[in-house]
This record gives sequence, structure tokens and C-alpha cells, in this order.
Amino acid sequence: MNKKQLERWSPLILMTAIVVIWQAICSIFNVSEFIFPSPARIWEQTVEYKGVIAQHAWRTFWVTMAGFGLAIVVGVLLGFLIGSSRLAYAAVYPLMTAFNALPKAAFVPILVVWFGIGIGPAILTAFLISFFPIMVNIATGLATLEPELEDVLRVLGAKRWDVLVKVGLPRSMPYFYGSLKVAITLAFVGTTVSEMTAANEGIGYLLISAGSSLQMGLAFSGLLVVGIMAMAMYELFSFIEKHTTAWAHRGSQNH
Amino acid sequence: MQNASAAAPYFVDFEDVWLAYNDELLARNQFAVEAIDLKVRSGEFIAIVGPSGCGKSTFMKLATGLRKPSKGKIRIDGQPVTGPLKISGMAFQAPSLLPWRTTLDNVLLPLEIVEPYRSQFKARKSEFEARAIKLLQSVGLHGYERKYPWELSGGMQQRASICRALIHEPKMLLLDEPFGALDAFTREELWCILRDLWTERRFNVILVTHDLRESVFLADTVYVMTKGPGRFDVRRQIDLPRPRDLEITYTPEFTDIVHDLRGHIGAMRKQGAVINQ
Repeated sequence: MNKKQLERWSPLILMTAIVVIWQAICSIFNVSEFIFPSPARIWEQTVEYKGVIAQHAWRTFWVTMAGFGLAIVVGVLLGFLIGSSRLAYAAVYPLMTAFNALPKAAFVPILVVWFGIGIGPAILTAFLISFFPIMVNIATGLATLEPELEDVLRVLGAKRWDVLVKVGLPRSMPYFYGSLKVAITLAFVGTTVSEMTAANEGIGYLLISAGSSLQMGLAFSGLLVVGIMAMAMYELFSFIEKHTTAWAHRGSQNH
Repeated sequence: MQNASAAAPYFVDFEDVWLAYNDELLARNQFAVEAIDLKVRSGEFIAIVGPSGCGKSTFMKLATGLRKPSKGKIRIDGQPVTGPLKISGMAFQAPSLLPWRTTLDNVLLPLEIVEPYRSQFKARKSEFEARAIKLLQSVGLHGYERKYPWELSGGMQQRASICRALIHEPKMLLLDEPFGALDAFTREELWCILRDLWTERRFNVILVTHDLRESVFLADTVYVMTKGPGRFDVRRQIDLPRPRDLEITYTPEFTDIVHDLRGHIGAMRKQGAVINQ
């Protein structure tokens, strides 16, 4: 196996190693499955409850995507606003930074009062946690435009809008796709956290109910499923990024 | 000016132009450029040389209308300059091509912005493309139209950048150290390309550079700019016959002019500090 192949398969090899060691420790020391279930036990319970897990996973998935969609719309609009206007940047940025520092889980009780138990709080928590990186990246892409590039267009009598559309937006696309990768994983965190206290469905709810009935294997399968969904979406956006903004990744090792 | 066109209005006419970058500097009488008087005939190729930081780029901003003078008047093509001029094209030391556009699309960019091309862009796109391809061919970029800028060498990028500055057929071409980042051979190659484009189309050129040989080889008139505040100190007409071949740069006449200009810049530098050179 040459070096390049090794690099490609390394995540899988590492994961297999962890699972094997984990299984070995559980078997050798005979760890109780109520404390720390072995991979074999987790797999057993995953298969046993696959229908239930799939149902909860689907709910978590679409709720997350709804929140994430909202985050894209709001993040892009706000990012566009503060990236293209110095005044808006000065006014909005400090407030947004303060807002970003708040733990989003703390919003869940408030959202429950406003929207009741169910999808409302989950979508909004996913949204609140994931719009920030999108906004910041769009704003950065627009605000760090090279002055020479702007001059080339302004000499021709280009309006601010022309500069934004012809240069600013295309230039911030790699930042945008980069932020989507971060934001989608955060959105899953938001949904799951919210479902733990404010839903009767979804992986978050499954985790809590499995935990309270000491079905540790099931709780771990819940984690596994969220991890897989987040990773799959991450890879999807990573793929889109590479194929739409290849110009920004030139000179990387892929070439 | 002694020549026949002196009676006609000048294409570029700076009348005692002063610029301070803001009101505070203006109040303290600190100017970036001062007392600039410049008369350029239509179709003339002028070069401005001077040490770095002498206000050459500031002068460019004035000539393009990106900045308004604090005092004095600027008229270009008979019109007072009040804002960015659509009749000019510009190229810088950095090619500043857009990496997500192909070379061809980069060259077409001005046509997407300047009227009347802008409103006809969709309808006449193939015609414009043909024009851009022809222009790219004339600077030796045939076959690179669909390549991205980052697939081209530095010299090729700079040629594309000059094409972009010329695609909308401006009456005035502003070049801000366009060959500064290139190696000596590529630079001389691009001098000839610029010479041929200018000979063919006779637009006005204002070339800012700190390469004296470049200025003497290309320009009709060379102005030497002094530092802090920027002033035009020396005006030198280059009477070398045209068309000029690269060989001319090795003749004694050429070297004498370069040497003479070098003397002016050396004299200015010595006023500030004693440097043995």
C-alpha cells in the first residue's frame, strides 16, 4: 500500500482500531453494559431498534435541514449587509459577537414558552447555532476585497452594486461553502440539544428516554446515527465546495 | 510646447493641481501632490518616473477621476473631470484578474459594465467574444482564452490584464508599473506588445514606472516626479525615431537620455541623504 492510499484509508483504519480496542477492553474486563456497552452490544441494539431509530433519525434530519436552510437565508442576507456597508458592520458586528457567545441551549426553555414542545424550538435552536459562521464568512469575503480589483471596476464607472455582484459575491463563495461545512455540524448539535428537553421525537428525545431506561446500547446508537448524518452532510458540502469553487483550491494536494 | 497641435485643446490638461488626502492634511498644508501642470496631446504616450512613494499612484487616481483635486482643475478630452471616467482603461503591477473567470471572461468584464456595451452585452455576446479573442491573439495569447488566470504565467496574466484594459476601446490607457513584477526578458517582450498596440490604435497612454529604460523606449515625453510632496520636476521629450526597435535601447543616443534622466533622480536623492552611488 503506497503513501497516498494509506492517507485515503487512514480514517477508516483509525476507526477500526478504536472499535477493536474498545471491544477488547469491554470483553477482557467484563464491563457492565449498563455502564459502558461494547461495540458488539451497541450494534445488537441498533439492529434490534432499527425502525425506531430510523424514525427518530428522520425527524432529527429534516428538522436540522429546516433550521439550516433558515440559517443560510438569514446568514447570507446579514453577511451581505454587514460585509457591504461599513456602518452596518460597525453597528451589527459587536452585537452579533455577544450573541454568539451565549450558549444556545439556554434559549430552549424560552423557545418552548413561545412555540411549545415540538419542532419549533428544535428548528430555531439549529438555526440560532448555525447562522453565525455563515454570516461571518460572507461578510469577511466581501469586506476583504482587494482595493485594486475594486479600482479596476470603479474606473469604468461601476456602481457599488456592480462591484458586489461581479467581484464581491463570487469571491466570497469559497468562504461561504467553507462555512456551510462548519454550520451543518453545528445545526445537528442544536437540534439534538433542543430535542433532549423540548420534543417527543428525534434523536435527542431518544437519547434521553434510552438513558432513563438504562438502555445504554440504544443511547450510543443514537449518538452514532447523529454522527453519521453530520459526517455525511459535511462530506456533501465538501464535495459541492470542491466542484463549484475549484479555482480557490488550486495548488492544493488534490491536483 | 512648440509643435503644431499646441493651439488645439489638450487631451489631458492639469492646471495647477494640488491634492491633500483629507481635510486635516489640507489644513496643515500637507499635500500628496502639488502644483501639477500637465498638458498632453491627443494620442501622446507619456511616462512618469520617480522614486517609490513620490505620489505616482496619487496622480493616477486624479487622472482617472477616482479622486478629486483639493485645488486646481483637471480636464480630460475637453471635459472637466467630476467622477470616474469611462473613457479610460487601467492596469496595475498585479494583474488582478478574477480567478473564477476564464481569461476570455476576464477580458470581457469591462463590457459588462461600461455603457453602451453593457445593455447590448447579451445580444452581441458572440461579437464581443470574437473581438476579445482577436485582442488576445494580438498579444500572443491565442489558445489560452478558455484557461483560468492561475493556469497562465505572470507575463501572460499581465498581457490579459492589458487586454482587459483595452477591450472597451478606451481613449486613454493608464498603466501603473504594469511590468514591475516581471523578469527582464518578459518585460521587454511586453514593451514591444504595448508599442504595437499603441502604434495601431493611438490611444493616450499614461505609464507610471520606475524603470527609466522602459519610459525612454516607449514614451514620447517623460516626466520625472519628485518625492514628498509629489511634483513634476523635469519634462523630457524623447525624440528617438519611431517605430522603435528593441535594438535602439543599446544605442548611445538612448543610453544618453537614460543617463541624463538618471542624473535628475540622483540629484534629487542627494538632497535628502548622502548616498554613494
